[in-house]
Amino acid sequence: MSEAASQPLFSVEDLRVEFHTDDGVVHAVDGISYSVDAGKTIGIVGESGSGKSVSSLTALGLTRSPRAKIQGRIMFDGRDLVSLSDDEMRRIRGKDLAMIFQDPLSSLHPFYKVGAQLMEAVLTHRNVSKSAARNRAIELLELVGIPDPKRRVDAYPHEFSGGMRQRAMIAMALANEPKMLIADEPTTALDVTVQAQILQLLEDLQDRLGMAIVIITHDLGVVAEMADDIAVMYAGRIVERASTEDIFGSPQHPYTWGLLQSIPRLDTLRGEELTPISGRPPSLINRPSGCYFHPRCPYVQEPHKRIDPPLEGLPDTPAHRVACLLQPEIRQQIWRGLQNGEPPAALKPLASASTVSTSRAAAGKVGE
Amino acid sequence: MSVTDGSQSGETTAASSREPLIEVRDLIKHFPITQGIIVQRQIGAVKAVDGVSFDVLRGETLGIVGETGCGKSTTARLIVRLLDPTSGEIRYEGEDIASRKGDQLKRLHRDMQMVFQDPYSSLNPRRRVGSIIAEPYIIHGMYTGEGERKRRVQELMDRVGLNPEHYNRYPHEFSGGQRQRIGVARAIALEPKVLVADEPVSALDVSIQAQVLNLLRELQREMGLTLIFIAHDLSVVRHMCDRVAVMYLGKIVEMAESDVLYSAPRHPYTGALLSAVPVPDPSGGERKRQLLTGDVPSPANPPRACRFHTRCPKAQTICSEEEPLLEAKPGGAIAACHFPLTDEEVATRLPAALTQGRRNGQPVNAPGPAA
Repeated sequence: MSEAASQPLFSVEDLRVEFHTDDGVVHAVDGISYSVDAGKTIGIVGESGSGKSVSSLTALGLTRSPRAKIQGRIMFDGRDLVSLSDDEMRRIRGKDLAMIFQDPLSSLHPFYKVGAQLMEAVLTHRNVSKSAARNRAIELLELVGIPDPKRRVDAYPHEFSGGMRQRAMIAMALANEPKMLIADEPTTALDVTVQAQILQLLEDLQDRLGMAIVIITHDLGVVAEMADDIAVMYAGRIVERASTEDIFGSPQHPYTWGLLQSIPRLDTLRGEELTPISGRPPSLINRPSGCYFHPRCPYVQEPHKRIDPPLEGLPDTPAHRVACLLQPEIRQQIWRGLQNGEPPAALKPLASASTVSTSRAAAGKVGE
Repeated sequence: MSVTDGSQSGETTAASSREPLIEVRDLIKHFPITQGIIVQRQIGAVKAVDGVSFDVLRGETLGIVGETGCGKSTTARLIVRLLDPTSGEIRYEGEDIASRKGDQLKRLHRDMQMVFQDPYSSLNPRRRVGSIIAEPYIIHGMYTGEGERKRRVQELMDRVGLNPEHYNRYPHEFSGGQRQRIGVARAIALEPKVLVADEPVSALDVSIQAQVLNLLRELQREMGLTLIFIAHDLSVVRHMCDRVAVMYLGKIVEMAESDVLYSAPRHPYTGALLSAVPVPDPSGGERKRQLLTGDVPSPANPPRACRFHTRCPKAQTICSEEEPLLEAKPGGAIAACHFPLTDEEVATRLPAALTQGRRNGQPVNAPGPAA
């Protein structure tokens, strides 16, 4: 789809987004990079306030304001979205690049019929007659599996159930057959059975239309099923990025471990104690020194409070990148221990074994 | 037919031999739908809870799961008597509490308290945390001395993991997880015997959820609480509960010990729910997803006979003609279904790890209810 086969369809390069507020500067996104190819899915995982939504809103040009400072590049189909004018952005948004929002009730206008809202998406980007747009709206509703689309096209959003509204949102996003779809917590407000339907629908549509998908979620189960690659975000940064198999098979960052250990799962034995991550996410105005995760990290050591770890590839699998000052062997040892059910406190590495090597320390300073 | 009969004749474990603390029989709650401005006529009813019967055993954690609108929260509110039942019986320690009013109801609330879903809207933003937690003492006239009450509230704050020095702060100064701790502190202030938690962690971030779940478990152990735990997240319910009831459109469709329910569900609806849960393990994806089609029908006009027959993959004519009874099924516990799932069907639909433990005969460790 993009002109050069070697270039990814969508890539974020060292994106930084700051908001200047009365309380200070909020560093919402702090130098993140990732890319996704046509037909592939990347999952961005993180908690509220980790910057995962801001990064995608920025891609759509929805965070632009006099108080926001945006740096870095967002390359999409050979163009840098950050440098486009508002008019140029408007021509891309909803056409080649579309988004599904979390809450389908507040994202649909309660005053207008679902069909009218779908037609607007078509008419904005295409020079077609109203009746053609209406037919397209019916076709779209059918595509996303809404029964009786000819009648439903004249329904108001409140007449739809939660699952149907989310389907309508997806229909709207797909109106112009986008090359890329950003889905921000697309199933968080839905019941599990409906969630399974929506995820299945997204996968089917991706197979059919060959879209790239960025799926933003806090649900590790959802990304495990949907994504090819995963980026874990914490406090505005990516702390770990790898293929889905690697993230779940050999996670490297203590925060990723924390996420994996703190959720009860259907596929493990019952009755095991959950290991919560202590504390809470930091303020994005006054961020911790050194590694941003150090105040909550059970394996923290003195140097970690000063040195900011760069996101580096692992020696044997360079595509698996992690920002952690612990040495890879130590990390492996800790993760194995955690899987055997040992509490994090018991796995504190010996100070001597994990002294930060000088080269890593230097790299950390350069990275800053 | 009451649920207890079934559970005792079915899988017998330590839990079912204990005495029931709360007995619910044929509980019904219909919310009227009215028409007209001056003269209101009732034109129908939302059958939120439509004839449920179950026991809550002393010291256990009973989970209630189901989709939005299945009546699980209404059931919880009826038990705590925040709502008046349309009909049916709720016996607490052998006494019928379904029609209690006034002072008698107030006395009941010393024993039964509730933790709400939304830690933002369930705390009064204009009141300080200290006075929010002390509210139950004011209502019930306990710890009347100023210093005594403050000391007691600070003890509670310490117990739920809040800094007692934050006594004079307002709710907005706390994070979601801390606010939920405030809600828990308020609920345990009167040292109740029963705690009803309605989706206590669904509004919280993943890393915070575990903190609150662990806190609830710890308090249950220390105080010997009986916990009724309502949630839509099946993994959380499995983690927390000894027994689980699955609700669909105002009815209980299946009820079992956690381990039995999750490894050998008998009702196709339970099977579908479990099948729909995404499992955070990309390598274990070899199961056939059993997707339900369509949405939950309206509780104002539920389907005839078996309410699930409109979406059920195994439905046959009898399902729309005759309502199945909640009764013991082979290999599982009690379910209301004419054509319960077999072990083979379960094996293809559920995450492998759930059913394996059972098939290999390993002890699927259930937390001892005697603790």
